[in-house]
Amino acid sequence: MNATPKAAARNVTSSFQDLILDLERYWAEQACVILQPYDMEMGAGTFHPATTLRALGPRPWRAAYVQPSRRPKDGRYGENPNRLQHYYQFQVMLKPSPPDIQDLYLNSLRAIGIDVANHDIRFVEDDWESPTLGAWGLGWEVWCDGMEVSQFTYFQQVGGFDCEPVAGELTYGLERLAMYVQGVDRVFDLNFNGGQGNEKVTYGDVFLQSEQEYSRYNFEYADTKMLAAHFRDAEAECKSLLAKGDDGERHLMVLPAYDQCIKASHLFNLLDARGVISVTERQGFILRVRELSRACCAAWLKTAAGGAGQESSLAAHG
Amino acid sequence: MLGKNLPWPPMAELLLELFSEEIPARMQPRAADDLARLLGEGLNAAGLSFETIRSFATPRRLTVVVNGLPARSPDVREEKKGPRVGAPEAAVQGFLKSSGLDALDQAEIRADKKGDFYVAPIERPGRPTPDVVAEIVPEIVRGFPWPKSMRWGSGRLRWVRPLHSILCVFGGKVVPIEIDGIASGNETSGHRFMAPKPFSVKGFDDYQKKLRQAFVVLDGSERKVIILEAAKKLAAKEGLELIEDEALLAENAGLTEWPVVLMGAFDEGFLEVPPEVLATSMKAHQKCFSLARGKDLANRFIMVANLVADDGGKAIVAGNERVIRARLADAKFFFDHDRKVMLEDRVPKLKEIVFHDRLGTQYERIQRTRMLAREIALTIGTDPDLAERAAILAKADLVSDMVGEFPELQGVMGRYYALDQEEDAVVADAIAAHYKPVGPSDQVPRDPVAIAVALADKIDMLVGFWAIDEKPTGSKDPYALRRAALGAIRLILENGLRIPLIAPLDSQSIKVGKTVAALTKTAGKSSATSDATVKWAGRNVRARSIDLLSFFADRLKIHLRDQGARHDLIDAVFSLGGQDDLLMAVRRVDALGRFLDTEDGANLLTGTKRAINILRIEEKKDNRAYDQPPDAKLFELAEEKALARTVDAVESAAAAAVEKEDFEAAMAAIARLRAPVDAFFDHVTVNADEPNRRKNRLRLLNRIRATTLTVADFSKIEG
Repeated sequence: MNATPKAAARNVTSSFQDLILDLERYWAEQACVILQPYDMEMGAGTFHPATTLRALGPRPWRAAYVQPSRRPKDGRYGENPNRLQHYYQFQVMLKPSPPDIQDLYLNSLRAIGIDVANHDIRFVEDDWESPTLGAWGLGWEVWCDGMEVSQFTYFQQVGGFDCEPVAGELTYGLERLAMYVQGVDRVFDLNFNGGQGNEKVTYGDVFLQSEQEYSRYNFEYADTKMLAAHFRDAEAECKSLLAKGDDGERHLMVLPAYDQCIKASHLFNLLDARGVISVTERQGFILRVRELSRACCAAWLKTAAGGAGQESSLAAHG
Repeated sequence: MLGKNLPWPPMAELLLELFSEEIPARMQPRAADDLARLLGEGLNAAGLSFETIRSFATPRRLTVVVNGLPARSPDVREEKKGPRVGAPEAAVQGFLKSSGLDALDQAEIRADKKGDFYVAPIERPGRPTPDVVAEIVPEIVRGFPWPKSMRWGSGRLRWVRPLHSILCVFGGKVVPIEIDGIASGNETSGHRFMAPKPFSVKGFDDYQKKLRQAFVVLDGSERKVIILEAAKKLAAKEGLELIEDEALLAENAGLTEWPVVLMGAFDEGFLEVPPEVLATSMKAHQKCFSLARGKDLANRFIMVANLVADDGGKAIVAGNERVIRARLADAKFFFDHDRKVMLEDRVPKLKEIVFHDRLGTQYERIQRTRMLAREIALTIGTDPDLAERAAILAKADLVSDMVGEFPELQGVMGRYYALDQEEDAVVADAIAAHYKPVGPSDQVPRDPVAIAVALADKIDMLVGFWAIDEKPTGSKDPYALRRAALGAIRLILENGLRIPLIAPLDSQSIKVGKTVAALTKTAGKSSATSDATVKWAGRNVRARSIDLLSFFADRLKIHLRDQGARHDLIDAVFSLGGQDDLLMAVRRVDALGRFLDTEDGANLLTGTKRAINILRIEEKKDNRAYDQPPDAKLFELAEEKALARTVDAVESAAAAAVEKEDFEAAMAAIARLRAPVDAFFDHVTVNADEPNRRKNRLRLLNRIRATTLTVADFSKIEG
């Protein structure tokens, strides 16, 4: 009843891809740039430079995008109804966080056909911390009838630097949300394209095989020696690019360096899934990735997009 | 005088609401208390007293209402005392400057015994209360003691979540305040979904009434009552019983402004999973209550929504049921999966679970506790093999999937898995019980095998942290060592166990020392543990063990004090030294208490303390001890001779009774001292002129002191 006219006309959002399209349309209307997924493996949409790096510095920023998220350890060979080693997050960054951000978010739920007069929406405390990004924020997980449908975070620090202004980050777990909207208990049963009969393509049609194959790779076959070597290479390259790109005042190669940091993080996740990292080593790896992300964030603040030079020009005016 | 031309009546009501985004449930009660406390303190500091102050919290607001608040703070007249009349010019100038007077004729002159002196009158006129409030509130908001706070947007203000509006009304009128661009007003909003439109209020009654119309129950304790009653009613309708849970109730009250209680169901097939698992899963993830049918868990649950849904809650129930189904399926998967691995086979995996950097892994811990559990089992007369077996398996569930998911099920799951794998039921129960008692109100294990493992676990933990100098200090006790010691004390006392503690403390200290030394060596640091020993009750014992024993004594003191025993009596017993059998110490304290309640006891205490005081003074004066036996030939008076005779007889009788641990008899023996001691002090002058006689009498006093020391150190007893 509170659904948008478009959703109402189609009854409800009925396919996985419509959910994505509706969210993109909605956030585009809120002046977000709609980006495409970052072309690298990462554990969460937060790793996308459009979130991690853009969260820092004084420049306003509004973006929304889908990000495939890879969590090698969460693979279940396609046998678990809710667990996937590859899934989609829909990520929204609003910086500075607008005063009506909660209402904007709730309207996005309406836009995908969730009727807030019949569903119990709740903001439940859930503080966010990413040890590898050296980042934290306060916020909630948003519940719809007891199910977590989004993460809602006010970024306080990234890479150890204060976020000023503060960005509001919204992360929708798309599969879960779609399962909810479609009333489906098994992720692979989701209607992907909205087609009926012969035209219907399910989530399983698209991803079941890949869940099985990647679970084998993640848990059994990934070459750990090679992964460890790649980790060291990525780490070294990141540091080297950060050193070479730094001309003192400004930094000229943050984004390529940060790519290597993303790579290192994913390689660590793969090694972790293969069970070759002991509890004590684990902390060491996390610290090494964090060191890279911190250094990238520091370098970012020396770039134009990171606001370098902006403060001094403001000071000159004021 | 006051409030003549003020727009407020002389006494009025102050209403303040801080309206924000959702405040974490766990922080609400404390925040409401803090708000009332800080506002109350602020008003009092400004000279404003009031009749009552009450505060409330909902997920979106902190509210405080102050009644009977004067419209103005009172005028204050103080006087500042100055120099004497005729004092040097410099003193006078200094006085004028410090009291803000222009000239001496503004000062008044007062007289006291020594003559005239100047006084500067200082007048501080009262201020309108709204001015005071407008000053206090921003300070409170900026310095509010949230456990965690944050910034938002482009602002600098910190609050628990973004602060949206401030309602501040005194006597029906807005108190103008501005904090970081948020201006106060008289408006607030109701329920986020059911009544979001802002409305204005005149005062607290109006506020509370309008909130209720706007689907907000302001008072958290009322929300709890609403939830509890509705849940019970709903359960009763289905012939079920609500499994009450105060923490869960409070959390739900903190998650809702308008609680609506609904019931859902899950597949009966899940009931084959242990009830603790189902209940924990529903509680931890979904904040739902479990229900019981008779003794068993029912396949129903209670959820608390924050909405009166158009469809009567049908969609909400269906949604929650679906989530619960997935959660329970996960739990069932973990349970089935975990049971495929023998607990015993999990033990080596404990090598990966670090208990503490310097104390090693859980695996190393159980290698120590298994031996200690054996020792204790032998001491208390139970099967050492069962105790050791239970100690070996006690931590194995820490590496199970279920406990990984729900840490609070540690022990409970170990028991289920042990039973499933046909371990002895006694062993299985001991695995579940070995963490107990977890708090002062938790039950103490009764089975001897469970007791042995529970004690071994706690003693090893305490000895370990003592070995690395991580003792509790002040309010800091991060490893809950006080709780562990109290747990051990209750295990011993409530089960009536005779366990001389020093031996296990010391033997465990040696084992822990090895682990610590090995780890310290690996870490390349110099060894920090000290193996220094001291003489204790005739043998060599590590100084650390004595220190830990005195920690036990302190905790015992607090435990007994909580139960109404006199702490000075505990001191009087422990100060004897060599006390490491807590049960005996407590029995002695009891007997001593009963004795001191008798007339003989009270009088003997007085006499003994007198003897001790005289000795203390004279020994100090003469710089020597009078600890030699008195010489019978030097006695002059009948009372001295009588006392000397009695003292010898009493001492051997009391010592024999103590030896037999018959403290009542020991006290009865000591009681016989009363009459001769009284008679001695009535008729004998201790500090006689004749030095040898004095010396002898002091030595006799020492005999009183020594004899009473067979039962307690009377010098530690108050009164």
